[in-house]
Amino acid sequence: MTLQFIADGLISGSLIGLGAIGITLTYSILRFSNFAHGDLMAWGAYGTLAVVGGIGEVVGGAAPIGALSFGWPLILAALAGMVMTACLALLLDWLLFARLREKGQSIIVVMASFGASMALRSLLEFIFSSSPAYYSRGIQMAMPIGFGIRITPDQIVLLGVTVVLVTAMHLFMSRSQTGREMRAYSQNPALARVVGIDVSGVVRATWIIGAALACAAGVMVGILVQIRPLMGLDLLLPMFAAAILGGIGSVPGAVLGGLIIGLSEAAAVQLIGAEWRSAVAFGILMAVLLVRPVGLFGRAER
Amino acid sequence: MIDLMGYGAFFLSTALIFGLITLGLNLQWGLTGLFNVGISGFVAIGAYTSAILTSPDAVDRVGGFDMPIALGWLAAMVVTALAAALTGFATLRLKADYLAITTFGVAVVVQLVALNAQGLTGGPFGVAFIPRPFAGVQDQAVLFNFLNLGVIAAVTLAVYLALEHVSRSPWGRVLRALREDERAAISLGKSARSYRIQAFAAGGAVMGLAGAVQAHFIGFIAPNSYLPTLTFQVWAMLMVGGSGSNRGALLGAVVVWSIWVGAGAFSAAVIPGDWQARAASLQIVAIGVMLCLILLWRPQGFFSARRRG
Repeated sequence: MTLQFIADGLISGSLIGLGAIGITLTYSILRFSNFAHGDLMAWGAYGTLAVVGGIGEVVGGAAPIGALSFGWPLILAALAGMVMTACLALLLDWLLFARLREKGQSIIVVMASFGASMALRSLLEFIFSSSPAYYSRGIQMAMPIGFGIRITPDQIVLLGVTVVLVTAMHLFMSRSQTGREMRAYSQNPALARVVGIDVSGVVRATWIIGAALACAAGVMVGILVQIRPLMGLDLLLPMFAAAILGGIGSVPGAVLGGLIIGLSEAAAVQLIGAEWRSAVAFGILMAVLLVRPVGLFGRAER
Repeated sequence: MIDLMGYGAFFLSTALIFGLITLGLNLQWGLTGLFNVGISGFVAIGAYTSAILTSPDAVDRVGGFDMPIALGWLAAMVVTALAAALTGFATLRLKADYLAITTFGVAVVVQLVALNAQGLTGGPFGVAFIPRPFAGVQDQAVLFNFLNLGVIAAVTLAVYLALEHVSRSPWGRVLRALREDERAAISLGKSARSYRIQAFAAGGAVMGLAGAVQAHFIGFIAPNSYLPTLTFQVWAMLMVGGSGSNRGALLGAVVVWSIWVGAGAFSAAVIPGDWQARAASLQIVAIGVMLCLILLWRPQGFFSARRRG
């Protein structure tokens, strides 16, 4: 067994963690597990792809930055994609989830998210077909960084981007007024209302943050692997497992959970074979539910 | 005309098998309020159990037990019920969402085992030569189809009557009481977790039976028959029919399956060849939107007079 699995696991784990932040926030603030979260990821990746194509049409191709496989158009497009994904999430909430939340049965909202997820994913298949797409056709050479580990320039930069995003998220949740309101609302909705917290603002912020991070993760998967309509569905189980492992409602927990799952998956790929990869998240999920259902940083629910 | 009758029998058989799965879901969701997103996984467990036990010897996988079909069906129910009970045991003391997430995981893992554990499931090629009831008259297509329809209808009727009986029994009343007012039911000394696990396992047994019946009806199974789309279709069937009503579940299954097949035939006739695959995904979009609209405007379904809690 080589140490390569550490690099692979950290990279896929940080992508899972980015997605799991949205899941954990939706669960703790809007109080339902969102089965459509993976599809927000895929929509973000495809939205970005469309914008990249658009930029290419208007200004022609741009040279990649340094040793990376992509140039400034993709960075610009990813920002646009994050805005579009956030709008999509807000639209879904307005059309569907908010109306069902008012009726009070949270499990109905879960079911609606399941229906929405099938519809969103199939709509992507209809528009873009089910064959994989790529932001760039170039092949990157992995360079050795010692201990038998090889890593591509894209992977290094995207790991850095993840660290920046997660740190920003943490500062936002712990220092900003909106972040504090979100945490207050997730801990005690009734009390939060009493002290005059703007609930609809909290709900909006939750969707915007969750969707934007999902889009970022989707674009990264697109850069590192490929873009497929099913990419979000495939990551859904690891993301749920990461959110539960970290403790529902905890942003650092979701990221740590993602890293643990990413590393375990990468180790399992080396030890038992790539085809069993998706079973790892399920095994961890079951272990957490049986041993410590509140997760690493979770609090028992009231 | 003869062909049409044969097709009619085939269509109805398929619809009734979906009806069976929907009946199982109705016991879990309609009666007990347990959310199962891994239906395809439980159906697959039943189908594979029965197929492996009854099929003749194959070169690359466990098999050659050649058991009678009825025994295969029974085993399918037992194994699926056990899988469902385990799932329930791990999650039913927690919030409802955890059951949903775990069942989703069960479907993923079952799909993985079906695809990769070649020695057990035949891998991507699946299990073939599953014995079909009345295989002796297989060359007389119409007679064969009608005899099979008879068997499937009898199984469906038996399950329907059993479930109707169950929902009126003291056991069924406890389940409903737990769904409507958990605290009141617990204060009467009913263990919420144990009753829910029982209901989830029983619903799982019905789904496993449905999977086995379908496997023997078609004579061949493969992993891609058990994709999330199946789960989704069954949910649409239950929601259209109206959750809580067994009759609604059966009617919903027939109606949604008709719409599904009709839409497929329509798009096959109208849409040019290279767009067919894409048009198939529009079918799923339409059902997804329909499911959401029903949840928004008619959560009690179309064929159920009773209002849900």
